Amino acid sequence: MAGAGIPLSEASNGSMLRISGIEVQGVLRRRLLDLGFVVGNAVEVLRRSPLGDPIAFRVSNTTIALRREESSLIYGHLIGGEGA
Amino acid sequence: MSHYTVAFAGNPNTGKSTLFNLLTGLRQHTGNWAGKTVITAEGEFTHNQHVYRAVDLPGTYSLYSNSADEEAARDYIIFEQPDVTLVVLDATSLERNLNLALQVLEITGRAVICINLIDEAKKLGIDINLKAISKRLGVPVVAISARNEIGIEALLNQLERVATGAFTGKPLQITYSEDIERGIAELIPLVEQTVGSRYPARWIALRLLDGDNSLLTSLKAHMRGSKRYETKEVAGHGVTACH
Repeated sequence: MAGAGIPLSEASNGSMLRISGIEVQGVLRRRLLDLGFVVGNAVEVLRRSPLGDPIAFRVSNTTIALRREESSLIYGHLIGGEGA
Repeated sequence: MSHYTVAFAGNPNTGKSTLFNLLTGLRQHTGNWAGKTVITAEGEFTHNQHVYRAVDLPGTYSLYSNSADEEAARDYIIFEQPDVTLVVLDATSLERNLNLALQVLEITGRAVICINLIDEAKKLGIDINLKAISKRLGVPVVAISARNEIGIEALLNQLERVATGAFTGKPLQITYSEDIERGIAELIPLVEQTVGSRYPARWIALRLLDGDNSLLTSLKAHMRGSKRYETKEVAGHGVTACH
């Protein structure tokens, strides 16, 4: 599944992606699912902090910031947005 | 006149405490920042001669063991078994909020779903089909605005139906993949044999498959009899000893 799409960490600001796979394991995986990072859900890349990490995402009507450690393990397909 | 316990569950910032304060008249304030105590607020209210003890659980996105807050909320619903669990949802982001509702329904069908901030949703042009949601979830669903005191009477009436047992619907049960269902089927008899019929066996089996150690720790502690909360039930559970 991970081969499908690009990691969220690589998507440019303003782009919209549909999540295609989550490689994060354990408790953190559970947490990400609870926060709305679910396969099939749409995510918008909002902005990056000055050093590029963490990145703010908009998912299920809420803004959530993820470190590269996590966002590089969540994959999605571009479905539009300004950055596409 | 009967006494019932109502637990208030909900995501952070859904107006759960506003509703709690409105019903109980308590002026409590809680924040969601880290380090906050997970002690729950308690109050009391009366409706149609029934007295309800209200327990405000910490605001959580989930009942899995992600944090002390989630464990506290989960343990209360599992071990204290309130007569009704009131799940407060934010009408403006139902998709996220329904996650918690489903998790509660996996534990108990004695629940009322309360969709708060309905006036905010209307302003945003969000139209919510309560009947359809209620039909899918199998429990009463009420739309309210705690801040503007809309729908409170209807909410209390539904609470009463579930508390008194007048409502006897069956909550939505999620069917998982074949592998998981097979695992559940294998575990349920073992779970029932070990913890008795007091606790929701299917839910515990699911948590075991998930490798949830925190739940196991809590279960063991409770079965040893070291109950942290007072329980009104007589210790009549057919629990075989667990070592």
